[in-house]
Amino acid sequence: MSETAVDLDRRRFLTGTAAIIGGIGAATAAVPFIASFQPSARAKAIGAPVEADISAIEPGQRVTFKWRGKPVWVLRRTPEQVEALKAGGTLRDPESAESEQPEFAKNAWRSSKPEFLVLVGVCTHLGCSPSFRPLPDGEVGPDWKGGFYCPCHGSKFDLAGRVFAGVPAPMNMAVPPYKFLSDTRILIGESDGGST
Amino acid sequence: MSFIGKGLLGLRDWVDDRFPLMQLWNDHMGSYYAPKNFNFWYYFGALSLVVLVIQIVTGIWLVMNYKPDAASAFASVEYIMRDVEWGWLIRYMHSTGASFFFIVVYLHMFRALLYGSYKQPRELIWILGMFLYLSLMAEAFFGYLLPWGQMSFWGAQVITSLFGAVPVVGEQLAELIRGDYVISDITLNRFFSFHVIALPFAIAGLVVLHIIALHEVGSNNPDGVEIKKLKDKDGKPLDGIPFHPYYTVKDSVGVVVFLMIFAGVVFFAPEMGGYFIEDNNFIPADPMKTPLHIAPVWYFTPFYSILRANTFDFFGVPGKLWGVIFMGLGTMVFFLMPWLDRSPVKSIRYRGVIYKTALATFVVSFLVLGYLGTLPVTENRTLAAQIFTVVYFLFFILMPLYTKWDKTKPVPERVTH
Repeated sequence: MSETAVDLDRRRFLTGTAAIIGGIGAATAAVPFIASFQPSARAKAIGAPVEADISAIEPGQRVTFKWRGKPVWVLRRTPEQVEALKAGGTLRDPESAESEQPEFAKNAWRSSKPEFLVLVGVCTHLGCSPSFRPLPDGEVGPDWKGGFYCPCHGSKFDLAGRVFAGVPAPMNMAVPPYKFLSDTRILIGESDGGST
Repeated sequence: MSFIGKGLLGLRDWVDDRFPLMQLWNDHMGSYYAPKNFNFWYYFGALSLVVLVIQIVTGIWLVMNYKPDAASAFASVEYIMRDVEWGWLIRYMHSTGASFFFIVVYLHMFRALLYGSYKQPRELIWILGMFLYLSLMAEAFFGYLLPWGQMSFWGAQVITSLFGAVPVVGEQLAELIRGDYVISDITLNRFFSFHVIALPFAIAGLVVLHIIALHEVGSNNPDGVEIKKLKDKDGKPLDGIPFHPYYTVKDSVGVVVFLMIFAGVVFFAPEMGGYFIEDNNFIPADPMKTPLHIAPVWYFTPFYSILRANTFDFFGVPGKLWGVIFMGLGTMVFFLMPWLDRSPVKSIRYRGVIYKTALATFVVSFLVLGYLGTLPVTENRTLAAQIFTVVYFLFFILMPLYTKWDKTKPVPERVTH
């Protein structure tokens, strides 16, 4: 047993510094564990651009391709469908001011060629893949003129992927970067403005 | 006394000298005094422990044959169902057990609402119970991805996307949870880890804390009378009886009846018409195609309804974010019950007509929201969900007022039975 009296200040200082340094050590040790949750190098590498053959798509038909594990749709719109997009309707963001798309798709039909729509087929609400309902359909709504309907939470989009007002989805569906390699082939994941 | 009996007693004493065996037994069983007026509603705590054991045991066996790999997960579940000896029984016990866990836990929580079991001095028991409930929800959610069917995939896609609604860091947060840009093999692997290691540990630990806290303050009862107030000359509560043998025997009867019902479902209706195992989950996950109608399993549907009822923006916040906020609040608000309820009495038996009406309205809104959550959306159903979401929250928001105004009846000194 020590004969000298306990130095409380010294004891408090040592306890305090030990706690702070130990806490910093524990927090630092947590970093690799949390960082390990991030997408791995392999997951990141799978995002390469995909080539798609669009020669066999009939007017009014939609074809699905896979890019970065997500569905990407190519819809060949009929002239009437393109014409109907100009009317707009009760859209939330008809000018695509807040939505995600390459610069060339910031227009009413949201594509470089009005005939072809290229769209990431994922609802901007909670990530479901909406269904293609090109015809008037009483099940979707009495004044439904055709578009995409998300079965999960009832979000509605027109044939340019623009969201209607009053549904849960906050944004227009995303247009991926893409470019025409020829009249019949497109490259999804890269545009002339650069790839993402 | 027989030779074997003496030997066992000797062994007990040997252990007792080195470990507080008899003290633990007496504190929690032999001399733990519980109110003598427990009724039907007091079965569900013990039953949830029974279901936990069923889930752990069947889970250990399932892991022996299941493969947490996107390429083989679906097939390995079918392998368990068709080729593994008794695999179908073990799998159906586990899938039915998940739904029964929520049935007994919801009834257990409703009991607390009926008799004010969350009120002072049992706030901490209630809070620990709420953490258990949240852990159970997480456990069920992670487990539902494992069969890698269409509902597994798209359910996980929707729930992980919820985090994407958080401003600024949302997308990164969703990626951090999924470990990928979409639900993938990587996600399946980590959800498997959470489902079989992390959350079972958390749940087991919380159960121990929940019970320790309960046995510290003692059980509430249908009269909401504190039995510790009146004691006999030996210091034992006048209205108390030892948990063992009285309630161990009573609960055994409950367990037998429960197992009869449980077995009936396992053997005759394990899918429960698509409510316990959804039809679309018999189709392997397809990241390219969302099923035409998706809904969570029944025990999440009230909150799912609240989520999709938020279709419009206000205060400059998009409806998507409000949906996530209200869904979160809809579960978290239960934590506040001990402080929202200002009534001087605990039990519904001595509350007035206002609380009874409020509780009944709340139960109706919970059930209606749950039912709506299983259906595809239409305009009328969205409107109904919006109305009942408001009713749901009014139950909590107005609680400090109506529990104060409510005309209560005098509470007796002793329990009635």
